[in-house]
Amino acid sequence: MELYNGPLDVKEIFGRWLDEEAESNYGAYIPFVGTIRAEDGIDALSFDIYEPVLKAWFDAWQERAKERGAVVKMAHAIGDVPVHTSSYISAVFSPKRRVALELIDEFVEDFKANAPIWKYDVRNGERIYAEDRSTPMDGAGLLA
Amino acid sequence: MVTVEFLGPIGKAPLQMEAATLAEVAAKLKEDEALVSWLQKCAVALNDTMVNDLNTPLKEGDRISILPPVCGG
Repeated sequence: MELYNGPLDVKEIFGRWLDEEAESNYGAYIPFVGTIRAEDGIDALSFDIYEPVLKAWFDAWQERAKERGAVVKMAHAIGDVPVHTSSYISAVFSPKRRVALELIDEFVEDFKANAPIWKYDVRNGERIYAEDRSTPMDGAGLLA
Repeated sequence: MVTVEFLGPIGKAPLQMEAATLAEVAAKLKEDEALVSWLQKCAVALNDTMVNDLNTPLKEGDRISILPPVCGG
């Protein structure tokens, strides 16, 4: 898991991941790129991350992938990420394509629901919590 | 004493309190009206492990994190 201040250097990271697994005998490599779209007048999105819980979440996914003979990787931005640049990339490597196709779907969807990351719209220098696009994590409401 | 920290957009300084269980933490936090609407949608971690049981016992120095709705990517 890799965290960066500001937008991701997508080509460098994907290239490096490809090199890392070049001799691992995986038949499939499926990358996912999340890019900030220009919409609703935003200049950028901005992100807060709680790293200890994110790391535990990612480690659990590494174990799940390993049970299926696969590897998951991810990188995410912290702070402001301008439109048309990338805040999040992930990838799955597996011996055959079917596992990788299934895992990238499950991994990215669970990431959206349970990775402890908070998103803000940036407009005219102001940071506004994207509350309407955010999802309560599993177990939310325990203290209510 | 345990410490309660509020993550992301909640924007509140950490609190210290005496509490033997998460249920006692909940009761104390609900005294702050501004927190009540957050608590309905927040998940909870104890020393960086997610928890789901109000009867979870607490010990001196424990750290409780309040995690509001998320949106990575």
